[in-house]
Amino acid sequence: MAAGQSPLAQFEIKPLIPMKLGEIDISFTNSSVFMVVTVVSISLFLIMGMRRAQLVPGRWQSMAELSYVFIANLVRDTVGTQGRPYFPFIFTIFMFVLVGNLWGMVPYSFTFTSHIVVTFTMAFVIFIGVTIIGIVKHKLHFLTFFMPPGVPIYMAPLLIPIEIISYLSRPISLSVRLFANMLAGHTLLKVFAGFVISLGIAAGWLPLVFIVALTGLEIVIAFLQAFVFAILTCLYLNDALHLH
Amino acid sequence: MVDNNDRDALNALDSRLKNARDHVQDPLNQPGAEKAEKGGALGLAFRVSVEIVSAVAIGVGIGWLLDGWLETTPWLMVVFIVLGFAAGILNVYRLATGFGYAAGYTERDEQAGDKAGTDEGN
Repeated sequence: MAAGQSPLAQFEIKPLIPMKLGEIDISFTNSSVFMVVTVVSISLFLIMGMRRAQLVPGRWQSMAELSYVFIANLVRDTVGTQGRPYFPFIFTIFMFVLVGNLWGMVPYSFTFTSHIVVTFTMAFVIFIGVTIIGIVKHKLHFLTFFMPPGVPIYMAPLLIPIEIISYLSRPISLSVRLFANMLAGHTLLKVFAGFVISLGIAAGWLPLVFIVALTGLEIVIAFLQAFVFAILTCLYLNDALHLH
Repeated sequence: MVDNNDRDALNALDSRLKNARDHVQDPLNQPGAEKAEKGGALGLAFRVSVEIVSAVAIGVGIGWLLDGWLETTPWLMVVFIVLGFAAGILNVYRLATGFGYAAGYTERDEQAGDKAGTDEGN
C-alpha cells in the first residue's frame, strides 16, 4: 500500500512556507492554511450576513443571527448574567471548532481539530483563563473549591488530592474528547473508502453505503463536539465565577 | 423606527411562519429527539472512558513528577494512580448524577441534581 493511501496519511502536517524563530519551527503548514480558511469563512459568514441587516431577516442573516442567539442562550443558561463579558470568547471558540470540523468534512481538506496539539492548546488556554478568573474573583477563597462543604476534616488529606486531580483532568478530557472524535471518524471514513476500492464492483457498494451514512454521522458529530466544547467551557467558567 | 414597510414585512413573515408551523411537527416532540440530544449511548460511553483515562493520566503525571523530585520512586506514583482512578470515578459520578458536565459537589449542584434527577442524568 502506497504511503498516500494510509488511513492516517490525511493527518500528516506538511510545512508549506518553512519559517524558524530561533530553534522553534513556526512553519506555515497545511494545518495553518485551514485555520486561516476557517477564520476567513467565519468572518465572511457573519459580516456579509449582517451587511444589510433587516428587521425581517433573509436566509443568510437568519443563520448568522441563529448562531449568535444559540451561544448567547447557552451562556445565559449555564453561566447567568455574569457570563456576558465572556460571550465573545465562547462564541469564537464555538465557531472556530464548528467551522474547522465542517471544513474537515470537505474531501482533500485538512481537519485541524483532529490534532491533539490544537485542541489541547485551546483547552489549556481555557483552563488557565478560567483558573485566573476564579482566583482574581475569589482570591484565596478559590481554594475552597478543592474542599467540598460538609465533608469531615479528617477526610481532607484524601479528598483534596482527588479534587485537584479531578480539576487538572479537565483540560485533558476536554481536548481528548474533540480530538479523538475527529481522528476516529476521519480514519474510519478513509478505511471504508479503501474497502470500496479493494472490493471492487462485486461488493464495493456495501462499504459505500456505509460511508454515506457515516458522512452524515460525522457532520452531526462536527456540530455536537463544537457544542460540547462550548458548553464545557461555559460550565468551567460558571464554576470559577460562582464557586460553591 | 418601524415604518409601514417593515410592518408589512413582519406581518408577511408572521403568516408564513404560521403556515410553516402548521405543516411541520415540533421536532422536540418527535420520538427519538431526546436520544439524539444526548448523543446516544455510544457518546455517553465515550465520555465516561475519557473522563477516567484523563484523570488517571494526571495521577500518573503528578506521581511521576513528585517521585523524580523527592526520589521516592515508585511509591508516590502508585499512590497517585489510585487517587487518579478515584478522581476519574468521581468525574463519572458527577457526569451521571443529574447535572451533566458540572464538577464539584456543591449545594447548587445538589439542587440542580434534584431537579434534573428525573431526566436520567445527561
